[in-house]
Amino acid sequence: MTATVDKTSEATHAGLSAADVEAFGAEMDAIRDRVLADLGSRDADYIRRIVTLQRRLEVLGRSLLFAGFIPPAWLGGVAALSLSKILDNMEIGHNVMHGQYDWMGDPALDSRTFEWDTTCPAEGWRHSHNYVHHTFTNVVGKDRDVGYGVLRMSEDQPWRPLWLGNPVYALLLATFFQWGVALHDLETDRVAAGEKSLSELAEPGRVAARKAGRQALKDYVLFPLLTGPAAPLTLAGNGAANLARNLWAFTIIFCGHFPDGVEMFDEATLEAETRGQWYVRQVLGSANIEGGRVFHVLSGNLSHQIEHHLFPDLPAHRYAEIAAEVRDACRRYGLPYNTGRLGRQFGSVVRRIVRLALPRRRARHAGPEQTR
Amino acid sequence: MPSPSTTSLRRPPRRLLRSRLARALTTPHGVDGFLGLVDPLLATDDVRARVTRVRHQSADTVTLTLTPNANWTGFRSGQFVNVTVEVDGRRHTRCFSPAGPEQSGELELTVKAKPDGIVSRHLHDSARVGTVVTLSQALGDFTLPRPRPRRLLLVCGGSGITPLMSMLRTLEAERYDGAVTFLQYACTSADVLYRDELTSLAARGAFDVRTALTRETDAPEADLEGFFCRDHLNAVAPDHADAETYVCGPTPLMDALAAVWAEDGIGERLHAESFVPTRALVAPDADASAGTVTFAASGIAVDAGGATLLELAEGAGLEPASGCRMGICHTCTRDKTSGTVRNIVTGSVSDRECEAVQLCVNQPVGDVVVDL
Ligand code: FES
Repeated sequence: MTATVDKTSEATHAGLSAADVEAFGAEMDAIRDRVLADLGSRDADYIRRIVTLQRRLEVLGRSLLFAGFIPPAWLGGVAALSLSKILDNMEIGHNVMHGQYDWMGDPALDSRTFEWDTTCPAEGWRHSHNYVHHTFTNVVGKDRDVGYGVLRMSEDQPWRPLWLGNPVYALLLATFFQWGVALHDLETDRVAAGEKSLSELAEPGRVAARKAGRQALKDYVLFPLLTGPAAPLTLAGNGAANLARNLWAFTIIFCGHFPDGVEMFDEATLEAETRGQWYVRQVLGSANIEGGRVFHVLSGNLSHQIEHHLFPDLPAHRYAEIAAEVRDACRRYGLPYNTGRLGRQFGSVVRRIVRLALPRRRARHAGPEQTR
Repeated sequence: MPSPSTTSLRRPPRRLLRSRLARALTTPHGVDGFLGLVDPLLATDDVRARVTRVRHQSADTVTLTLTPNANWTGFRSGQFVNVTVEVDGRRHTRCFSPAGPEQSGELELTVKAKPDGIVSRHLHDSARVGTVVTLSQALGDFTLPRPRPRRLLLVCGGSGITPLMSMLRTLEAERYDGAVTFLQYACTSADVLYRDELTSLAARGAFDVRTALTRETDAPEADLEGFFCRDHLNAVAPDHADAETYVCGPTPLMDALAAVWAEDGIGERLHAESFVPTRALVAPDADASAGTVTFAASGIAVDAGGATLLELAEGAGLEPASGCRMGICHTCTRDKTSGTVRNIVTGSVSDRECEAVQLCVNQPVGDVVVDL
């Protein structure tokens, strides 16, 4: 079996003493308080700049597609629209819905009412992501982001012959990621497993169908029709932009929790978990991606997944500023700080997906993945 | 006069912008999400206004002329508007009474900078020609009846002059031929507001304008000295029992009038408007267990008793949505209508009116009203 650490034992929460765990937690709280006290027009200006950029890109992209029969215009349109959707979903939508900008009191940036340009309705996302995923991060059986209900991402998910298709499912999930996320929020897999009744699905299902309908109507009917003879090209362009966003989001998100070295936890971890222990679990369960400024923005700063999981409701553009401090604290307390270039992190995610398609090979003990 | 181009910007083709097609094309952000790219004043429904003139009548006041967008439906003299400004990234809303005549398409606000007034200080120090603010429609029923009473007494103190100034100017524009006495209380002659205009109105014999100075003696322009008392009333309006009286100003002034009118048994002829907050500010270290929490939408009030708002709500039998219960997921966020809360994680204290608060990590400090 995978090694499960008895978390009631004094000495070893990730090899830290109970006192160290709480001291680490206190340091994290101090960082959080400092940033919260400093929030102001700098953060407001930042997110408004990004929103303005996104809206301009959307207008530009959709306009260029009216001239879609000219190849450079089509390509430019797809590029602008892809960037618009990526910014909208990642640096704006995901972060605004975390409540990162609630303190501004601006109804256009309110976590409770924000909607994003993707099929998944914000309502369901706020529950499944902000609460379930961020509270129960990497707890197998609790955190439904482990495999999104369709992939085997941990040894703790028992192998069945069905998992032979793991890499194929991953490819499909990446391609149709916005639909996957929408279905994931509906917990259709739990209905299939008999854990949830079909009738519980009715209302969220209706909400999701309405949202998906509006999104499809805009991208696949109205804008193509408006462009007249270029309709098929516009349709293809909008589809391409959605695909680009899907692949990108899948890549970034899977690099956040599934590269080698990231740990999974069992449900016992949650019993009487202290704030310090929660912080430690966030560090152990997340991985960063290194890159330049533009890359960080396009990833919604999820490239700073560790900082994001420690401080999910701090404005994401602050993560880069506090990363050095977090990393230093991790080093001092002997906690792993999992980071690497995109290629390396994604490569190890792909290897995991392929490896977990097969049952565990007897001979190998303690693989790179451990469970606490 | 606004130039033709601004007029056309202020009057967008509203039918088109409000159409279902426009909404379907701009989902999920809505038409307003894009109009701001053209002009921050543009909106399908929101009332916004641009500052078109800034002048200072006295050292601690500012008089702003606002030109609203096409969504503004006008006001009646004496009414107020909620003005929302952003200060260091945070939105704040306060009410002000326009001082101009109701026939005007513009709004004139005279604001006195209070030492601890975030909004009034901001408007006083930072409002410039071109600044955009968000407005509500006009509110309140502190207005002159129709047909107009034949005898009017208007009494004001400090920046409470604005609704009464508006009444006076409206009457002037209507060529009102009844009798008006206008009595302004100010600290010193340097604090008298709208002096030139009032003097010229008086000179034309239209109205009887009187000035009372409370902290300066022997000033040539003062008709009266000291605070309001029956002697003042006998001096300026011995026939006050025949008049409809409107008063707006600091609480002591309004209380003094109310006492005299009650003594004379004509309390129903006195109409008062107060903008002075009646809620006493609570010291940050005040006892968290003293005070009442009102869940306004449910009509429930409970004693604060040192618990979080979430615990109090649940204790009262309410079931607000919640998730992590540790302040990270923002599932429990609700609007606090008034009162002071302390965040138990960060220790920060906030007394903003109408702000979103996380119920699970905020404790009431004194009386608090939550929209729940
Ligand atoms: S319940 Fe999660 S923030 Fe309050």
